[in-house]
Amino acid sequence: MATNASLLTSDVPASPSSPGVPIPADWRDFVALTKPRVMTLVVFTGLCGLLVAPGHIPPILAFTAILCIALGAGAAAALNQWYEADRDACMKRTASRPLPAGRMDRQSALHFGVGLACFSVLLMGFATNWFAAGILAVSILFYVFVYTIWLKPRTAQNIVIGGAAGAFPPLIGWAAVTGDVAALPIALFMLIFFWTPPHFWALALFVRMDYDNAGFPMLPVVAGERVTRRQILFYTSIMGVAALAPVLLQLTGLVYGLTALVATGVFAVLAFNVAMSRETDPALMLPERRLFKYSVLYLFLMFGAVVADHWMRAA
Amino acid sequence: MTPEEQKLIQARQRSRSILMALVLFALVVLFFGITIAKMSN
Repeated sequence: MATNASLLTSDVPASPSSPGVPIPADWRDFVALTKPRVMTLVVFTGLCGLLVAPGHIPPILAFTAILCIALGAGAAAALNQWYEADRDACMKRTASRPLPAGRMDRQSALHFGVGLACFSVLLMGFATNWFAAGILAVSILFYVFVYTIWLKPRTAQNIVIGGAAGAFPPLIGWAAVTGDVAALPIALFMLIFFWTPPHFWALALFVRMDYDNAGFPMLPVVAGERVTRRQILFYTSIMGVAALAPVLLQLTGLVYGLTALVATGVFAVLAFNVAMSRETDPALMLPERRLFKYSVLYLFLMFGAVVADHWMRAA
Repeated sequence: MTPEEQKLIQARQRSRSILMALVLFALVVLFFGITIAKMSN
């Protein structure tokens, strides 16, 4: 029986039972490689950027632009898993992914990721414009090379800088319609950028052992839990400013303003609870789990409010 | 290779082929739609 370690090399089969016999990966594993759950947030923020952009785009081109954002995110996720397969095998949270679980060989993941990335960028360029395609390409390359390969294994600030990769979709959606970028999509970029640290560090607090085992220098592993809790509160306050910036700059109206005020207030209370907590047992870290879950809902609420606000003002 | 593995390989190849056919068909429809939209613009 082949070991997980040997299955991760590119020249051996994914089959766990017969060495030398290549068993092709199931198509569902290729879908899993794209991290569909993470993709929903990426697609939603990209769609919101597209919907609030001035100008008109035919529905089929709008659909294609969103499809390209989804495929680009899927490609980046596949390449991330290709690179991190060995470390993923050390973490409970990721050990069942197709590569560490031995259901797919590494080379298939690499080919799938590169192919999907090239296809998504080219399709975006041909269907909408090459500026949007360029931002999509930058976001994929940033996620793979800057975040996954360079920052993530080296510095505790990995997700602070690397968070930019996940902040591109509203810019891409907007650029697909207009061919340029403006103040509002940049404000939305900043919102996701400063949302990322409290979101990921809340998770990192209760899966700290996983990151430790895998050798990732996440903030709770390197600087400890108290520093991480303080940093969560610090970045939440900056995120609050970024959340209110569109209203203060008169880029959005009352609907967004009220939603931002209430939703960010709740976020701040949850972040404060995390900052005040001294719990060290991951199983008992309820405030951290609450903040992590709410942070996902928060981004949906905020971007939904941007679109609702845009429609209300247009009506 | 055991008969079970042979069956598994064939089943996966078949499902991947069907999926690839569906994806190609969807792309044909998508490219047709994109072309029409571009020409209308």
